[in-house]
Order: sequence, then structure tokens, then C-alpha cells
Amino acid sequence: MYTFNFEPVLAGFDKLLLGAWVTVQLSCAAMVIGLILSILCAAGKTSRVAPLRWVIDAYIEIIRNTPFLVQIFFIFFGLPSLGIRLSPNSAALVALVVNFGAYGTEIIRAGIESIQKGQVEAGTALGLSKLQIFRYIIMKPALRTVYPALTSQFIYLMLTSSVVSAISADDLAAAGNDLQSATFASFEVYIVITAMYLVMSIGFSAVFSMIEKAAFRYPLSR
Amino acid sequence: MLIRPFGINEFWIIVMAAQWTIALSAIAFAGGGIGGLLIALARVSDAKWPRLLATGFIRIFQGTPLLMQLFLVFFGMNILGFAINPWIAAAVALTLHASAFLGEIWRGCIEAIPPGQREAATALGLRYFNRMRYIILPQASRIAIAPTVGFLVQLIKGTSLAAIIGFTELTRQGQIINNATFSPFMVFGTVAAVYFILCWPLSLLARRMEVKFSRSTTR
Repeated sequence: MYTFNFEPVLAGFDKLLLGAWVTVQLSCAAMVIGLILSILCAAGKTSRVAPLRWVIDAYIEIIRNTPFLVQIFFIFFGLPSLGIRLSPNSAALVALVVNFGAYGTEIIRAGIESIQKGQVEAGTALGLSKLQIFRYIIMKPALRTVYPALTSQFIYLMLTSSVVSAISADDLAAAGNDLQSATFASFEVYIVITAMYLVMSIGFSAVFSMIEKAAFRYPLSR
Repeated sequence: MLIRPFGINEFWIIVMAAQWTIALSAIAFAGGGIGGLLIALARVSDAKWPRLLATGFIRIFQGTPLLMQLFLVFFGMNILGFAINPWIAAAVALTLHASAFLGEIWRGCIEAIPPGQREAATALGLRYFNRMRYIILPQASRIAIAPTVGFLVQLIKGTSLAAIIGFTELTRQGQIINNATFSPFMVFGTVAAVYFILCWPLSLLARRMEVKFSRSTTR
């Protein structure tokens, strides 16, 4: 009969907390940069320049139809042969941004498509500039519409970030791998880490619903 | 150590490894289909306990990384007294993962059927089993096709994580070839291309069915 031994996990818990903090930082940075990339790509997809639209479409399809693990291997091991050498942590951030950007673009595009043409025309009639129309008339309500999809995609990003441990970035899963190989208490280490990820995903959903209440308080229609 | 160039042989070794990715995806999809149906039915059940258990199962699997689920099954097998076997561990973990996700997708499809259908079936004297079998599930399954195919793409990509616990499928084969040839650009480019060829048609199919369905329901 197996006896569980959580002592080595408790002894190394400070390292796990440090790893969890890196995971939080990595996910938040990837979310913010990835969101900007998504908005740019979504705006680019409405462009009249056809090659720009093709490039963005190709980017989205390639990322959405290949595994994240292969993407990160390609960025970390493959790009140095093109002269682009990244540290594990930067490669992890780049991979997460590129990955989130593809899914984010599709979500934002769906939001933009939900805006009725009449609203944009009304903005033009009021003499707003193109940038003002994009920012106030299109993006603000579009973001509100797709907010739930965006936040669940973000939580998915945070969970996916565990894969960056495969290139030895300093995230929570990698901290677990180190602790596991030092103590051999494999199951105990990973059950604690899994619980920590669960707590983080519950925590992030709570933060997101607070942001939703604060940012989208204005009435939808009268 | 001898470094060999990346040639046509290495290319074919990688392409052939896709059979293990396909096999793992097929097993997890079939197992997840059965598990997912049970989870979905428990989730919409009138009894409190099955509903709570199914909700907990879904929450845990959707709130934790697939990689950790693989590790837990992999090392958990050892604790339960089984020999560690990456192939079985990957199949079990991916089946559980697929059960949770398909269960949640199909719950949504079942709940999308208007309550009048169920009431009418009850009024006609159909009990639970026949009501589900002949009235609810046939209608729900039509809505379910597009998101289910979409999840299959996610599952095929998810099988790549089995490489980390040492199961030699497409991604692991790529790592092995890369260690021998040191041409990561070609190797992982090829690996990515094979995944793309597997996943892209399914993504297109899912999108087309979604459009077709939304057109037939917004009349």
C-alpha cells in the first residue's frame, strides 16, 4: 500500500509559489500583448489591402491548427537557425503571445461583426475621425460583447502556459519538475501543483467578473 | 556523436509517426464520447448528486492544465500498483479530459432543446430513457456536430503533450529526429505541417457546419 508523503512538497513550497508567480506574470504579460496583437490583426482583417488579409488569415489558421508544444519548440529550437536566439522565458512569452493572438483575433473579429453598420454611419455623420469611430463606436461595445469568450480564452492561456516547462522556463510546472526530480515524490508534487493551477483559474475568473462589473457598468440599451 | 542530415528518410519517419497521434486521438475521442455522454446526462439530471458530481468533474478538468492531468495519471498508475506505461497513461488521461469537455459541450446542446419537447414527450407517456433516446438526443446531436468536430481538433493538438511523458507520437518522434539531425527548423516545421494537414480539414468542416446550422435555424 502506498503511503503519501507531502513533507518534501511542503519543504519546497516556497519554490512552487515563486513558480506560480512567474506563471501569473507570464500569463498576464501574454494576455495584454496578445490582446493588442489581436485588435491589430482584427483591424487588419477589415483592411482593403488583400495581401494583408491573407497574411493574417494564414497566421490564424497555422496557429489554430498546430499544437502549442510544437509552436514553442519551433520558436525556441528552430528560430536560432535564423539568427533569433531567445532565452526560455522570452521564448515562452513570444509563443504565448503568438498563440493567444490567433484565437484573440477571431474573438475580436466576431465582436466587430456584431456592431451594426448604422452605428458606424452615425459616427461618420457626427464628424468623428476614423480612429475615434474604431475606438468608441466599434471596439468598446465589441469588447463588451466578447468579454466572456475573451476571459475564458485567457484562462485557457494560463493553463496552456504550463507547457512552457518543456523548454525549462521558470513557471509553476517547471518548478514542479525540479521538485519532483529532487524528491521523487512525483504524485504528491503534481497533485499540489494541479490544485495551485485550479486555485489560479478560479482566482482569475473572480478578478475578471470584478473587472466586468467595473468596466461595463453602463446600460446596454434604453 | 554522429550527426546525420535531415533527408527524405527522416521526413518519412516523422510522417509515419502521425499514425500514433491518430490512434491516440481516436481512442481518446471514442472513450471521451462515451464518458462525455454520461457526464452530459448526469449534468442535466433531475437528481442532485449526479449533477453535482458531473459539475465537479467538469470544473476540475477545465480548470487545470492537460499536462498536469497527464502527469497525475502517469504517476498515479504507479501508486495504484500498475507498471508505468506512457501509452496507457496518455490514453486514460486524454479520455478523461475529452469526457469533461465533451460533457460540457453536449450539456449545452441538450439544454438548447426547448423544454416543450420534453414536456410533450412526457405527456405522451415516454419515460426517461425513451424520452432521451427518441426525442431529446436526436435533436441535440444535430446542434452538437460542429462544436464536437471543433473539440476533436483541440484533442488532436492535445495528444502532442503525450510526448512529454515519453509516448512516441508525432511530436516525440520529431524531438528524437531533431536530437539526431540538429535541424530543428526543418524537423519542427515538418511536424507542424503534419498536424496542420490533420487538423485544418476538420476546422474547415466545423466552420462550414456551424454556418450551415445557423442559417437553418435563423429562418
